[in-house]
Amino acid sequence: MKNETLLSHFGKGLIQNNPVFVQVLGMCPTLAVTTSAVNGLAMGAATTFVLFFSAAIATLVNVIVPSQVRIPVYAVIIATFVTIADLILKAFFPPLSAALGPYVPLIVVNCMILGRIEAFATRNPILPSLADALGMGAGFTGALMVLGAIRELLGAGEIFGAVIFGSAYPPMLIMILPPGAFLVLGILMALFNHLQEKDIPILRKAG
Amino acid sequence: MQIVAVFFVAVLVNNFVLYYFVGICPFIGVSKKVDAATSMGIAVTFVMTITAAVTWLINNLVLIPFGLPFLEYVSYIVVIASLVQFLEMFIKKTFPELYKTLGIFLPLITTNCAILFVALIQAMRSYGFITSIAFGFGAGVGFTLAIVIMAGIREQLEVADIPRPFRGAAITLIVAGVLALAFMGFTGLVSA
Repeated sequence: MKNETLLSHFGKGLIQNNPVFVQVLGMCPTLAVTTSAVNGLAMGAATTFVLFFSAAIATLVNVIVPSQVRIPVYAVIIATFVTIADLILKAFFPPLSAALGPYVPLIVVNCMILGRIEAFATRNPILPSLADALGMGAGFTGALMVLGAIRELLGAGEIFGAVIFGSAYPPMLIMILPPGAFLVLGILMALFNHLQEKDIPILRKAG
Repeated sequence: MQIVAVFFVAVLVNNFVLYYFVGICPFIGVSKKVDAATSMGIAVTFVMTITAAVTWLINNLVLIPFGLPFLEYVSYIVVIASLVQFLEMFIKKTFPELYKTLGIFLPLITTNCAILFVALIQAMRSYGFITSIAFGFGAGVGFTLAIVIMAGIREQLEVADIPRPFRGAAITLIVAGVLALAFMGFTGLVSA
């Protein structure tokens, strides 16, 4: 652990241990809100915000919390930051808040957040924990944005609201509807597995 | 009438797993065998129905009268976590037989986002008390239906020759996509 730099903690979450493609965590928001690239980006950013601050607080209170009640304590910490994120979204980005709807409060039970706090943040000093939280958050945001962009491109012919395919393209509505989410994510995951088997250095599984 | 409609919409039209994408983790994790999937479904239905009732009471008797809606998420998660813990102890003492089947699934349910989703949606749509319970029960039945169908398909997939990169979560997601496509056929069956 000692010779690992902060950058390597960050990088692991981004690709090698990507929370969505490799660890298959946080599936609910991944599938539900990725009807467009911008929704995916917003959900990723909100989740990263919650993960970053919850990890910071959890590392600090870890010493005084008895281990039997740690899960409820973490849940309350996470729920507090989710409430803050929800209020910020409602106040400053009302259209995004409406688009994400009940999936913002569902960040509370995103298993990726509790998983990172339990598996990393409470066993490491604060700086590596924050680097890990940022890396995982960035990996999650990236995966959501890619998924959102593909679904938006196929389903509406646009990316980030900019027209790509023009009016001659008949939109594949199914990609924006629920089945599209499962299909695109399944195919992306298979592609990720395939690339990892090819042993490209940057994608190599973290040992 | 509204109660019946809410129930059937939750089971078929707006299926929790295949339409709202909540409860995906157990849907992928515990859907390898039909028996385990059925037990998981029953446990979830049980907790969902009770959660719908309890969070309705909290929301309408405590949070709204005292003007504390910002405490919604924190109080729901605490209520759900303690409720599951309490149910586990209660079932262990009173129905040891049932505990043998459901036991290992109960702790997993705390972090099942479908449970919190029931609480949030019934508050968001301002359902009445009985309607909330029907909604929670319907959501649970819908979850059970989806996970049991999925387990049936996966038992067959075990013997299929799947391309290597698709094995595991990838093929499960694609099967779920086809299931979701089939469930879209229920759209318009009942209107909420």
